[in-house]
Formats: sequence, structure tokens, C-alpha cells
Amino acid sequence: MPFNLLVLFCLTYVLFLFGVAFLADRAARRRGNGFLRSPLLYTLSLSIYCTAWTFYGAVGYAARSGLEFLTIYLGPTLVFVGWWWVLRKLVRIGRQEGITSIADLISSRYGKSNGLGVLVTLIMVIAATPYIALQLQSVTLSFNVFASDAPQSWALPDRGATAVWVAGGLALFTILFGTRNLDANERHHGIVMAIAVEAVVKLVALLAVGIFVVWGLAGGPSDMMTRIEASPIAATPLQPGRWMGLIFLSAFAVLSLPRMFQVLVVENADESNLARASWAFPAYLFGMSLFILPIAVIGLERLGPDANPDLYVLTLPLSEGYGWLAMLAFLGGFSSATSMVIVESIALSTMVSNHVIMPLWLRLRPRTEGAGDLRVVVLTARRFSIAAVLMLGLAYYRISGGSAALASIGLIAFAGVSQVLPAMLGGIFWRGATKVGAAAGMTTGIAVWAFSLFLPSFGPDAVIPAQVLNDGLMGLSWLRPQALFGTVGMDPLVHSVMWSLALNLCAFTLGSIATFPGPVERVQGAAFVNVFDSEARAGGIGWSRGHPEPEALLEMAQRILGAEPALAFFETEAREQGKAGYLPDPTPDMVAALERRLAGAVGAATAHAMIAPLFGQAVVTVEDLMAVANETAQMMEYSARLEAQQDELSRTARQLGEANALLTQISTQKDAFLSQISHELRTPMTSIRAFSEMLAEGDLPPEMVGKSGRIIHAEAIRLTRLLDDLLDLSVLERGTAQLHLSVVPLAGLIDRALDATAHIRPERVFEVLRDAGAETLFLRTDPDRLVQVLINLLSNARKYCDAPHPRLQIAVKNRAGRVSIDVIDNGAGIPKAAQSIIFEKFARLADESRSGGAGLGLAICREVMANLGGTIAYLPARKGAAFRVTLPLDPGEKPQSPAASTLS
Amino acid sequence: MAGRTPLFLARSGYRSRRLSDAARALPVLGLFLLLVPVLWSQDGRPGASTATIGVYLFIIWALLIAVAALLAPRLPLTETERAKPDKDGKG
Repeated sequence: MPFNLLVLFCLTYVLFLFGVAFLADRAARRRGNGFLRSPLLYTLSLSIYCTAWTFYGAVGYAARSGLEFLTIYLGPTLVFVGWWWVLRKLVRIGRQEGITSIADLISSRYGKSNGLGVLVTLIMVIAATPYIALQLQSVTLSFNVFASDAPQSWALPDRGATAVWVAGGLALFTILFGTRNLDANERHHGIVMAIAVEAVVKLVALLAVGIFVVWGLAGGPSDMMTRIEASPIAATPLQPGRWMGLIFLSAFAVLSLPRMFQVLVVENADESNLARASWAFPAYLFGMSLFILPIAVIGLERLGPDANPDLYVLTLPLSEGYGWLAMLAFLGGFSSATSMVIVESIALSTMVSNHVIMPLWLRLRPRTEGAGDLRVVVLTARRFSIAAVLMLGLAYYRISGGSAALASIGLIAFAGVSQVLPAMLGGIFWRGATKVGAAAGMTTGIAVWAFSLFLPSFGPDAVIPAQVLNDGLMGLSWLRPQALFGTVGMDPLVHSVMWSLALNLCAFTLGSIATFPGPVERVQGAAFVNVFDSEARAGGIGWSRGHPEPEALLEMAQRILGAEPALAFFETEAREQGKAGYLPDPTPDMVAALERRLAGAVGAATAHAMIAPLFGQAVVTVEDLMAVANETAQMMEYSARLEAQQDELSRTARQLGEANALLTQISTQKDAFLSQISHELRTPMTSIRAFSEMLAEGDLPPEMVGKSGRIIHAEAIRLTRLLDDLLDLSVLERGTAQLHLSVVPLAGLIDRALDATAHIRPERVFEVLRDAGAETLFLRTDPDRLVQVLINLLSNARKYCDAPHPRLQIAVKNRAGRVSIDVIDNGAGIPKAAQSIIFEKFARLADESRSGGAGLGLAICREVMANLGGTIAYLPARKGAAFRVTLPLDPGEKPQSPAASTLS
Repeated sequence: MAGRTPLFLARSGYRSRRLSDAARALPVLGLFLLLVPVLWSQDGRPGASTATIGVYLFIIWALLIAVAALLAPRLPLTETERAKPDKDGKG
């Protein structure tokens, strides 16, 4: 293919990308961004992980070391499949705090320290520069592949010129579409879209070459397998150390590469996209690496080991005469390189401008031009940073001569960027991580990395003298760069990764444990670590002191956000506070929201530094934090107390309800009692009145007079007895009964009661069972009252026991100072339904005729027993009626209170 | 006391917790399976052929992707999904 045709084709492709970016940008601005927020686009944009190093380098890597190239993709696969651990939290923090770059994340977490931001920026620039150089080199190399075929056309541009052209074009594209808007949280839709298109191109290109190789050059998969077995690649076994080390290294790198952070966190439009990408991105990587090994094997087979294996993807189709496939492959490689450089330079330029240029600018010309629009400054800074980053890459490429194998540069960069990982992960999972620890860890890590991997990679005597390489720093053998502390047998890369990260982690942990974080640092630490716990976040606490002028805040915001957006923001805030106009009260929450908004544009450290002067010297202190924490704790305690009180109240209400129901019931009982009494009094009164009327009329035979007189007398006696009983009952119920306590033998009392009841239905002969042994005990009680109760029980038994051979058992037991006397007959007993009412007043069982009493007997018994400090109860489930009287041997304390006995 | 995580959950809540446990366990399992081929070689000699190891790795890889794809849509996006109307609308 003629070289100038290639250039033309390439230019067309670039123009096409410009067009795509332009249209996407315009579409995003015009109508929402439905597709632009889709998970597919997000996943495709993540594919910038696959740079030219993947596209060309992976085949070379496979040709040199067999399956080991897979580690570079397996590590990220594990990270994405395990998104629930880290990525989810990173994305949430990024969105919540308006994070603009990985340097911003670390600086914001550790108290918005700009120093840390500068450190991270430095690490990233150092590590990324060779990586960018690598991309330029790959594009140049791939150009040369075509150019060497067609020397007749243009005078072959030297490779430097190609790199310059590419770098220039990329700078233009990036500046055009990457610095359109200031707020890093407003996505670069154009760029994301272009990257997505490029992602498709590289996947399609690599798959096309792979399919061509497997089905075109080899005879399908099974033939491919035998070829793999036969190739020299099969002789390279997996090296356990490198295999494991590289899986970890690539997993670390995918988390800490600036460009990955840019697309993963900063450009994330919707958190749910991450869930989709968790499997879709690994699937993309799967597709990208599926045919790497076949291409390497066939390349070795057909082109021999002399050809550069890094370019097999390109040279294999070309040598087989498939120009168009080579062209496609070239575009794939070109896409890989350009998309990486674009995003990397955006990410780096954001860091450089936010953490290096802006702070410098603000310090050099602090308040001179108060109304000056800082946006111009920021954007200019960013544009210059992009150009500078690309220039650096270009310079590195020129100086290093582009000799080293692609893969090794990539891995060296991976190891470099991984040095921010302890500080980053420690920052989002460990509240105890401090600024000093983070700085110490990263400094140590990057120094060890530089000494043991980066500088030696230039070769002996290039930067590090060969003598140091062999004998160690200052002649100390345990400081040999590639055998630190005497670890001789290790692979240099794994060696460096292990020592740099181990020492990094040590310094980070020790530094964090030994130092005390400042208040802002602690606020940020809590906000980051507890990002999923909205309660634990102490929003505007950082600004709880001092009272800045709202005008000053607005003026400052306008300088960064621009006049209109700033006004809109202030208006929204004012409306949320319920105020009209553009000036909300500078509450801590409002200031915190403003700070987050500014941080989205210029980074957390700069935003903080710009707001802080407006607060004068009033900085938040550790005591303020304690106060807020206490307040929260108090609130929670208070609400817990309220809850307990409410429980208490509802319990009381329930008790009141029960008491009320009882009172109602008692009132009904009282009414019933009154009407019953009236009835009971009325019956004898009626007969008395009738007979006394007859007497008053005279004319009665004397025997009738006598009879009437006896009836009147008997009824009057009955009436008196009834009234006596009622009086007795009321005295007992009120608890005012006079008790005559004395010590008496129980057996004597029972004898008295039996004697007194002998006259009732004397025709029936009762067999009385007693236990003389048990009855020989003395108790202190009112003997007459107790006998009254016993008489009542015994006479009831005599009256109602209907057994043919009536038997009466009196059982006495003495248990723990309480005596129980059971009176049990062998009659029919009391029906179950009636058992509960027999102790009520006027409770007479159906057969009224036999009683002759008013039904007060058992009620009186109950009251007597209550007065004696005992109880009387019906014993259910015995054969016959059974009552148990229980009373204390000695009523030491007063008998039960009258209220309790009436209510029970 | 709103926002306190309750001690016991209803069936659906319990299920989604266990799913997120599964999501956490998946990469650990994946790492273990990916490290297995290292154990196949003996004394520096490859115990299994490169092609076999390659096929094994790609199968494990595909399985990881499949399981992640099954889990991803069933996981609650976050445990505290109340800040859904995000603050973008403000500016």
C-alpha cells in the first residue's frame, strides 16, 4: 500500500474522529444525553486500558514469554469482577465529592492537602511519560512498517517527524475537546464518544487479524492448538513468581492509572453503569486477548524470530498480501495509541493545572485582580499542561531512542503508578490513615521504584553507574538496586514491585499510626470511609465557624464558575433556604456545597484554599468535631429516651384502661347488689306486713293470732340475721373488723365447728375423716372468726352433700408457715360454671329452697380470711366439693389491705 | 433511630445481602483458580502444555465473566439507595 495513501487514510480517520467528537458534544448540549450515559459507552471508554502496548505489545510479549501476557488482563478482570469491594466505593466517593483526578482524590482525602496532590501528580507524570512515549513509538513503528514497503513515494519522514506530527495532532484534539468546559464533573462527551469508537475499531481489528490467522493461516482451532504445542512458545513455562506478581501488579495498576481513574470515576455518568461494566469490561479484555497467542505463534512460524514480534499484528497480514487487513490493524493500533494519549493527557493536565499551576498562580497574584475570571487561567493552564505532557512524552521518546521492548516500559509504568495505591485504598477504607503516612508511603515507594526498576531500565551507566548496579549504593551489597537486602534470585520486576510496595505500605502504616490528623483531615476521612452511610457524614462541619460575607463568596464563585452558573447556584441555595434573591445565608452546609462545586472545577485543595481566607482565622478545630459528634450522640440518646417514655406511657394507658373497665364492672356489681338486697329485704317485709295487717284487723281466731305472731317473729329474726350479715360483711370489707388474736390449738377449733354444725340435717350420718397428728398445731389467729368460716364450710357440706353415704374429710397441712385446711365432701360438688361465682355476694346455686340463707356465707368467709391474712379457694377437680382455707401460722404483718381484698 | 441497620432482615433483604457476599467472594475465588496452573509445573518443567493451560485460563475467565454478569443486575446498587436524585440537577 502506498505510504501517502496510508497517510491520507489515516487523516480521514482522524477527521472522522473529530467529527464524531464534535457531534457527540453538540448532541450532549442540545438534548439530554441518553446514549451518552449508557453503560455500553462507559464500558467501551474503559477500554483505554488496552493501549498500543496491548495491541502490538501483547503479541510480542506472548512471543517472548508465552502465556504470561494474560496476567495484564487477568488482574483487571479480578478487580472489575470484584467491583463490590473497591470500584463501587471509588465511584461513589468520586461523585459525592466532585473528584477531578486521582491526585485530587488523595489530596481531598488527606485534609485537602495540596502537597500530597503535587506529590501524586509528580508520580503520575514520571510514570506516564515513558508510557506516552511508548504510544508515540508504536505509532511511529507502525508507520515505518508501511513506509519501508514504499520508499518510492514521499521521502521517508524520519521517525521523529512522525512522532512530532502525531503528538501535535493529539494535542490539538485533546485541547479542542478536552478543555471545553472547566468542571471536570461535566463529562467530556466528545472525547468519550471518540474513544468508544476507537475501542470498537481496535477490538474489531484485533479479532479480524486473529480470525484471519486461526482460520486463514492455520487450519482452525484444533490445528491451532497443535501449532501452539509445536512452537517455541510452548517451551516457556509459567514462572510462579512472575505469574502471581504480575496479576497483582496489573490489578493495582488498573485502580491507580490516571487515565483509568479518569474514565472510571471522573467520566462516570451513572453509578449503575459500573455494574454492567463489571462483567462487560472483562469480556472486552477477553476478546482482546483471545487471539494473541495464535498470532504470536503463527508470526514466529512465518516471519521468524528476526522480525520484531511487537509488530506481528501488522506485518503478518502484510506479508500474506492482505493489505486491507493490515490497514485495519494499523487503524486499531493507531486508535489504541491515540485514545490512551488523549485520556492520559487530560487526566495529567487536570492534575498539573489543579495542583501545580493554580496554587502557584493564586500564591503569586493573590488578590490583585479581584474580579478577574479565573476560568481563563484554569483553562489556559490546562491547555498548556496538555501540550507540556505531550512534549515530555515526545522528549522521552527522542532521548531514549525508542529501543526498549514495549512491554517492559508498560510494566515499569504500572509499578510506578501502583505506588499511590496504599494511600488510596488506605484512605477509603481506614479512617486512621493520615497525610503524613500517605506522603511517607508514596515517597518511599516511588524512591524504591526509581532506584530498583526505573533508573536501571535505562541500562548500566545510563543513570545508575554499573558499579552501583553490581556492588550496591556506596558499596553496600545489600543496597544493590536489583537485589535489595540480599534478595538475589528474584525477577527484577517482581523484586522491585515487592520491595517498593512493601516499604511503601510500611511507611504509610507507621506514619499514619504515629501521627495525629488535623480536623479537616478527620472530617474528610470520615466522609470517605463512610461514604455509603449518609448519617455518618458530617457535611458542612468544616465551615462551622466564622461568618463570611455572602457577597464575597459569590464574587469568588463567579471567578471560577463564571457569572451565570455562580448566580444560578446561589439562587438555588437561597431558594432551598427559603430566601428570595441571590444571597443565601452562608450556613456550613451551603459553604460545603459551594466548596464541592468549586472542587469539581479546580480540585479540592485549591477550592479549600480559596474559601478559607473568607473565613478569616476561624478554622475548624478538633474540639468542633467533638462537639458535633457529641451532639449527634446526644440526639440519639434523647430519641432513645423518648422512645422509652412512649413505651412507658402506652403501658400506663393500658393499665388505666384496665382499671377503668374494672371500675365499671364494680359499679355494675354494686347496682346488682343493691337490687338484690332490696329484694332480700323485701321478701320478709312483705310477709311481716301481710300478717301484721291481718292482726290489725282483729277478728282472728286466737290460734291464727299466735301463728301470725310466730311468723312475724321468724321473719323479723331472718331480717335481723340478714342485716347482721350485711353489717358484718361491710365491716369486713372495709377492713375495720376487730380481730381478737390469740394462740389456739387448731384441733380444738375444728372440734368446735363440728359440734356447732351437728344439728344441721341431723338425720344424715356423716363419716368424718380427720388426721389428728396433722391437726396438733397452734396458730395465732382470731379463733371465733376462723370457726365461723369452718362452720360455714361444714354446714354447706351437710346441707348440700347428696351422696348416699356422706363422708367428710378435713385435711390439714402446714407448709412454710402457712396452714391449709381442706374441707372435702364426697357429694356432686359445684358445677364448673358456678365455681367462679360462689364467693360473690348473693351467689346462690339454683336450688334456692334448700338454702334458707341469703347467699352471703361464702362471701363473708372470703372477707374473714382476707382479714386473717389468708385465703379461701375452691379446689377444682376433686370428687365432691372441696374448699381450701389457707392462713398464716402467725400473721406477723397486718392482714391484706381492704382495697385489695375487695377488688380481688 | 431511622437509618440504623436492623439486626434481622426480611427474605428479600437477606437475599440481596448474600448476593453482595457472593460478589465479594467472586474475585477471591477467581484469583485462586487463576493461580492453580502455577502448581501444575514440576521442578521448572511444565506439567501441562501451554495450550492446555491457555484453554483452562480462558474457560475460567469466561466463567468469571458469566457469574459476574448474573450477579451484577441482581445486586442493589448500594446499600443505602436514598441519594438517588443526584445533585447534578443543581448546577
